[in-house]
Amino acid sequence: MSTTQEQEVGAARRRKEDAHLITGQTTWTDNIQLPGTVHAALLRSPMAHARIRVDVSAARDEPGVVAAYSGADLADELAGLPSAWQVTPDWVAPEHKPLAVDEARYAGDAIAVVVADTRAHAVDALDAIEVDYEPLPVVLDMEQAMADGSPLVHTDAGTNVCFRYADTFGDLDAAFADAPVRIRRRFVQQRLVACAMEPRSVLVAPVPAAGEYTVWSSTQIPHFVRLFLAMLSGVPESRIRVIAPDVGGGFGSKLDIYAEELLAFTLAKKLGRPVKWTETRSEAFQATVHGRDQIQDLELAADADGRIRGLRVDLLADMGAYLQLLTPAIPLLGRAMFPGIYKMDAYRFGCVGVFTDKTPTDAYRGAGRPEATFAIERMLDELAAELHVDPLEMRRRNWIGHEEFPYTQIAGLTYDSGNYEAATARATELFDYDGLRAEQARRREEHDPVQLGIGVSTYTEMCGLAPSRWLGERGYAGGGWEAATVRVLPTGKVEAVIGTSPHGQGHVTTFSQLVADTLGVPFDDVEVIHGDTAAAPAGLDTYGSRSLAVGGVAVWRAAQRVLGKAKTLAAHLLEVSEDDLEFSGGNFAVRGTPGAAKSIQEVAFAAFAAHSMPDGMEPTLSADFVLEPDDFSFPHGTHLCAVEVDTETGRVEIRSYVAVDDVGKVVNPMIVEGQVHGGLAQGIAQALHEVARYDADGNLTTGTMVDYTPPTAADLPSFVLDRTETPSTTNPLGVKGVGEAGTIASTPAVVNAVVDALRPFGVVDVPMPCTPENVWRALHEAQGGAA
Amino acid sequence: MIPVAFEYTRPSTVEDAVAVLAADPDAKVLAGGQSLLPVLRLRLAAPSTLVDLRDVESLHGVRVADGELVIGAMTTHAEILHDRRVAEHAPLIAAATATVGDRQVRHLGTFGGSLSHADPAGDLPAVALALSATMVAVGPGGRREIPAADFFVDYLTTALAPDEILAEVRVPDTAGWGYRYEKFSRMAQAWAVVAVAALVRRADGGVADTRVALTSMASRPVRATAVEQALTGTDGDSGAITAAAGHADEGTEPPDDVNGAADYRAHLARVLTRRALTAAAGA
Repeated sequence: MSTTQEQEVGAARRRKEDAHLITGQTTWTDNIQLPGTVHAALLRSPMAHARIRVDVSAARDEPGVVAAYSGADLADELAGLPSAWQVTPDWVAPEHKPLAVDEARYAGDAIAVVVADTRAHAVDALDAIEVDYEPLPVVLDMEQAMADGSPLVHTDAGTNVCFRYADTFGDLDAAFADAPVRIRRRFVQQRLVACAMEPRSVLVAPVPAAGEYTVWSSTQIPHFVRLFLAMLSGVPESRIRVIAPDVGGGFGSKLDIYAEELLAFTLAKKLGRPVKWTETRSEAFQATVHGRDQIQDLELAADADGRIRGLRVDLLADMGAYLQLLTPAIPLLGRAMFPGIYKMDAYRFGCVGVFTDKTPTDAYRGAGRPEATFAIERMLDELAAELHVDPLEMRRRNWIGHEEFPYTQIAGLTYDSGNYEAATARATELFDYDGLRAEQARRREEHDPVQLGIGVSTYTEMCGLAPSRWLGERGYAGGGWEAATVRVLPTGKVEAVIGTSPHGQGHVTTFSQLVADTLGVPFDDVEVIHGDTAAAPAGLDTYGSRSLAVGGVAVWRAAQRVLGKAKTLAAHLLEVSEDDLEFSGGNFAVRGTPGAAKSIQEVAFAAFAAHSMPDGMEPTLSADFVLEPDDFSFPHGTHLCAVEVDTETGRVEIRSYVAVDDVGKVVNPMIVEGQVHGGLAQGIAQALHEVARYDADGNLTTGTMVDYTPPTAADLPSFVLDRTETPSTTNPLGVKGVGEAGTIASTPAVVNAVVDALRPFGVVDVPMPCTPENVWRALHEAQGGAA
Repeated sequence: MIPVAFEYTRPSTVEDAVAVLAADPDAKVLAGGQSLLPVLRLRLAAPSTLVDLRDVESLHGVRVADGELVIGAMTTHAEILHDRRVAEHAPLIAAATATVGDRQVRHLGTFGGSLSHADPAGDLPAVALALSATMVAVGPGGRREIPAADFFVDYLTTALAPDEILAEVRVPDTAGWGYRYEKFSRMAQAWAVVAVAALVRRADGGVADTRVALTSMASRPVRATAVEQALTGTDGDSGAITAAAGHADEGTEPPDDVNGAADYRAHLARVLTRRALTAAAGA
């Protein structure tokens, strides 16, 4: 039964997506069974760098094997994989073949493929492939990779440097000269693995006689997959249909064009049969892009009272062995975000991208902004400690006042709106900030082996990537617009076709609420169509917290267009002027004439029948809108974290966590809270638990869930969430984004809390993740122990 | 992800199971599968045959005989957790079992499988060692008894012959002893970085007997004999416990891996031993 609420937007509607997700009725790509499907399995290099000679002929004789190829066998048929963001004119972008031809450059680099009648046969036949590995020198450390005489990841490139980028804003020398306070720190953003619940999977079904292809892929970006498969294969885009069915999480790792997608497509074309490949969890660790991996050298100059004068940022960013879709751009997405919410006179940002013999990096929830936010929020705490000022007070002295918006910050971004004072006031109240500080003082005095630490993070971030012109000016090959179609069917049911592609976020529910409100139809009468280039041909997909702030606005605009057309038609049918009509609850009523009304459903049928239309009006009730965003939006918030640190073992327990976020207008508060919960878990995971580690030979030593230690619910506290609401001024809905906020904010909040607990012991930093051992070692070293 | 192909057999008697093992040196016993299946899926092992013991009735269940607790090798962790005889006669086993894996693992994993797998990071080997349990093995030549101290030989290696099966474990009664399994792991559900199984028997106000065994401090579970000697005979106050615990890492060779460096493990062993003894001695 359908229900109507007074106001859908703002209601905590249960997610339409969940019933099928939690009852096993999902369509994961790997669940799709097509007759005649053959299965691909990849042989991956166990060595981080080796010259390879691959002979697959014996594999062809194994049971069930249909075909087997080395990289050399397919070298002419497989194009190199794309990197779509040229960050500098002289960047180094080495060829990246889906199957390595002469050299493998990371442990996990695919070097051969077997196609067989079953997945088991394909995997078994891999053992029959003969490979000569001639080990080559391995370089894993960025600073070593930049040193003279370093082994090269790509010999032909002559360097391991991918790019050098620098920008300076304001008079940096003046800001640093004679500054009473100068603080230098080095922070390491450790390498992370996304660990989406659903591993990657791709199925390509050809219609050989027609030269047509249907591709199912567990991807965030079906539209880009279609575009690039067309560009790389030469098959007309019009003959490729890409479907992202149910997709079980991405976190940026599925914002990519992968070797296996192009390989499965090429094999399907070559063999004329459906080809499926599904990643194992081990492959997900090795061969799906990693995140973060930056070394950050920072220097902050301030006045004696803590007012920030200048900030200098020098990054080393690990590209891994190859450039994936956006690899070099990720650290540069943080370029303008290091200043955070603070005013300053000058700012310099420099970044060097470096190749190493490791898995390529690319987008990971937040993509460049978490790294920047971590750095500035850690530095604010260091500044506060240096001057013996409360960290919240230090932020107040430097942040942008709510009356100063819109505010163009030092790196040139214009923050649309915000109220840092309000979010901070609410957070400190919920947290009992003063009470916890008092307890902290008491425990310090009593030399309690378990110390209390309090961490602050007052973050902002840029959401809604991005105005197309902005992207173009920075070397990105694509745009930042988003498309939507809204149509009212003859029965009055509504379809919203969207160009964004959800993989867990709840687009169907959120956009149903937006459309239901706009058209005055029941929530349950709205269907949202997505993730299929045949059904939703235009779109730029989902990443960068853009789906609501850009895509949602497109949906709303399209619905507004439908409403406008419906009103014109209703006025025509009622034989009144549009000005005489009042629209509410889905009805166009003639003012002052009780009973004279047409429902939007009646209007939709009239538009379908088209018996009586105004002159020039096209039949059917449908409208498209392609939205070009005016600018980013800038959510913000104040996160406060209290940790208890066992100084004997180093164990960190989060005692309480308060997040007060301001994401502008909220469509569905339950979905927003869900996004914040997930984001916090992921950011806390970086702070305390997760790191992708390699041994000296370049083997990933954290290649299972057991070793990589992503947190479960049992490892996380109950979160206390609240919101303030400062509408965005860059879009008519006033919405910002929330997909990445929790991740961006929480990592520095937690690490600041850990360091705060240990500061009396002389600890000024703990490297992430703040595992018990890292905490113990930091304590041990601060106390003069050799560790 | 996909194991190498193997044969599968599910005998209903120990004798039949042993016969399969005796005939095929590459056959491997499958108990609860919580360690073996991941190994197979990662292709780190490729046995010819899996001998599934689930249908061997005589290997299941807990009983008390001759004043000892007897635990069938195929008894699951969950069954042990809910068994009042275990709680009464060897509560240390219940305490340690409660920390094994997660609920799903505890419902499939078995007591005997965990001991036979002999992972030095596993919880139950150190517990069996601290309790001076006796392993009862069955092979082609019949039954033989192996003291826990001789059972754990090396990393993933026991005194069981390839054609022997661990049938049951006999555990001396420790009702009335103070006990503690002090486990330190990085995550809520994870292998121990280090864990300490401690038993303290008090008499006449002093410590009459001490047993301490360590998880993940060598390639097999080890007794901290220096700690035991240092504490036994004292009055068991916090000073005595702290002094004794300082010996916890003596003679150990802790692993150095992603879960923890050797020096950190040595430090943890001392801290955790102090905590375990404090609880077990009621200090």
